[in-house]
Amino acid sequence: MQIAVVDYGMGNLRSVVKAIEHVAPDGAHVVLTDAPEVILESEKVVFPGQGAAAQCMSALRERNLPAALREAAQTRPFLGICMGMQVLLERSEENDGVDLLGWFPGQVKRFRPEDESLKVPQMGWNQLHQTQDHPLFDGIRQDARFYFVHSYYCEPTNPAHPVATADYDLTYCAALADDYVFAIQAHPEKSADDGLKLLANFTRWSGPWS
Amino acid sequence: MGLAKRIIPCLDVAEGRVVKGVQFEGLRDAGDPVEAARRYNQAGADELTFLDISASHEGRETMLHVVEAVAAEVFIPLTVGGGIRTLADVRRLLHAGADKVSINTTAVHHPERIKEMSDAVGSQCIVVAIDARRVSGEDEPPRWEIFTHGGRNPTGLDAVEWAEHMAALGAGELLVTSMDRDGMQQGFDLELTRAVSDAVPIPVIASGGVGNLDHLVDGITQGHADAVLAASIFHFGTYSISGAKAVMAKAGIEVRD
Repeated sequence: MQIAVVDYGMGNLRSVVKAIEHVAPDGAHVVLTDAPEVILESEKVVFPGQGAAAQCMSALRERNLPAALREAAQTRPFLGICMGMQVLLERSEENDGVDLLGWFPGQVKRFRPEDESLKVPQMGWNQLHQTQDHPLFDGIRQDARFYFVHSYYCEPTNPAHPVATADYDLTYCAALADDYVFAIQAHPEKSADDGLKLLANFTRWSGPWS
Repeated sequence: MGLAKRIIPCLDVAEGRVVKGVQFEGLRDAGDPVEAARRYNQAGADELTFLDISASHEGRETMLHVVEAVAAEVFIPLTVGGGIRTLADVRRLLHAGADKVSINTTAVHHPERIKEMSDAVGSQCIVVAIDARRVSGEDEPPRWEIFTHGGRNPTGLDAVEWAEHMAALGAGELLVTSMDRDGMQQGFDLELTRAVSDAVPIPVIASGGVGNLDHLVDGITQGHADAVLAASIFHFGTYSISGAKAVMAKAGIEVRD
C-alpha cells in the first residue's frame, strides 16, 4: 500500500511522515510527493499544510495539484491536516481574502477573542469533542486532547460535515468529513498516543464514510 | 473545556548529551537526550525544548542527529534553541524534525531576521527567547532590560517593548526567562512574566527560577503565562510531570491528563 503525503512546500513534513510510518501496517510505504500522477497512484493521501492561506493556494496551483487532489479525495481515503483542512473550504479571511479549493461550503475566519487573555494563535492541547461517529475516532475517547496551532478556524455551512468541535473563544469545527475526506484542524502527528491512534485508523480505513 | 496550560521540560544539550547548568555555569551530565525525550513523553510532558549549548560546530551537527532521532519516535511538539542565526539554520532544524525553533541572541542583533524567518516558515515555528533582568531600583516602577550571553551583557532594550516588537515582526510565541531568577529555584519573576504576557497577543512561556510545583501554578495564575518551562526540578526527579499537573489542576488550571 502506498500512502502519499502531499509536499507542496508548505512546512516541514518529516513529523507527519515519521508518525505515519510509525503506525502504518507492514508493507505500507509513505512517499512525499508534489506530483499529481504519484498522488493518483497512491491508495491513500495525506494533505498537510502550514503557513498562510494565499501562499498555500498559489503553491497548489503552481504544481497543478487542485484537480488531482479533488479526484483523489473523491475516490480514496484523504486526510487533511491543519491548513490542509482549511483550504478545503470556499474562502478565507486571511491575506485580505483568499479563494480556497471550495470542496466544502463555508468560510475560514480569524479568532478574535473578546477575552484578551486568550492568545492568537491558539497553541497547545485542546479537547476534540466528537459530534459524529467516524472510523478515524475508533479507540479515541470523547474529548481527548490534541495539539492545535492556528489563528484561523473553519466554519462549514453544511451541518452534515462537522464531525468534531473544539472550544476556543467559541465552539468551532475542529474536524469535518464527507465520503472519503477526513480533515482535522489539530496535528495528529504531534498529539502523542491519541494522534497516533487517529493516524493508525486512517492507514487502515478504506472508506467511504456514511 | 478548552485549551490546557502546558508544562515544558527543557533539556540543555551539549555535544549530543544532556547537561544541566546552574545559572548557565557548572554543567553536569544527565544522559542521553533521546531517552530523556522518550521518558518525558511517557510522563505526560506537553512539549519538549532542547537548548543546544554546544560550543563547537561538531556539537551543532550532533544536535541535528539528536533531533532526527527524537522526531522519529516522540510525537509531541519539539522546540530547539541555541546558536540559531540564519534562515538556513532554521530550515535545517525543521527539516531534521523540530517543530519550532527558539531564537535568542540573533533576534537582538538582527531583529529583521525574525520577520524573514517567520515569513519563510510561518510564525508558528518561530519562538523568540527573551532573557531579561530587572534594572529598576526598589522604589521605582518595575522595568526590565534584555540581556545576552547568559545574562551578562546588557543591551539597553526594554523587555516589554522588545516583546511587543518581536510579536509585531512575526514571532509566534515568546519564551521569557528572568536571568535574575534562573537557577535560583525561588520562582519566576511573576511581574516580568505578567507584564510581557499582558502586552502581547501571542502565547508566552514562563521560564527561570522554578523550585517547586507552586511556582508553576503562580506562573499561570499570577504571571498570566500560557505555558511553564522548567528543567532541574524534573531532571533530578524532585517532582514528576504528573505531580505538577495534579497540583495545577487542584489550583483550577486546565491541564492535559
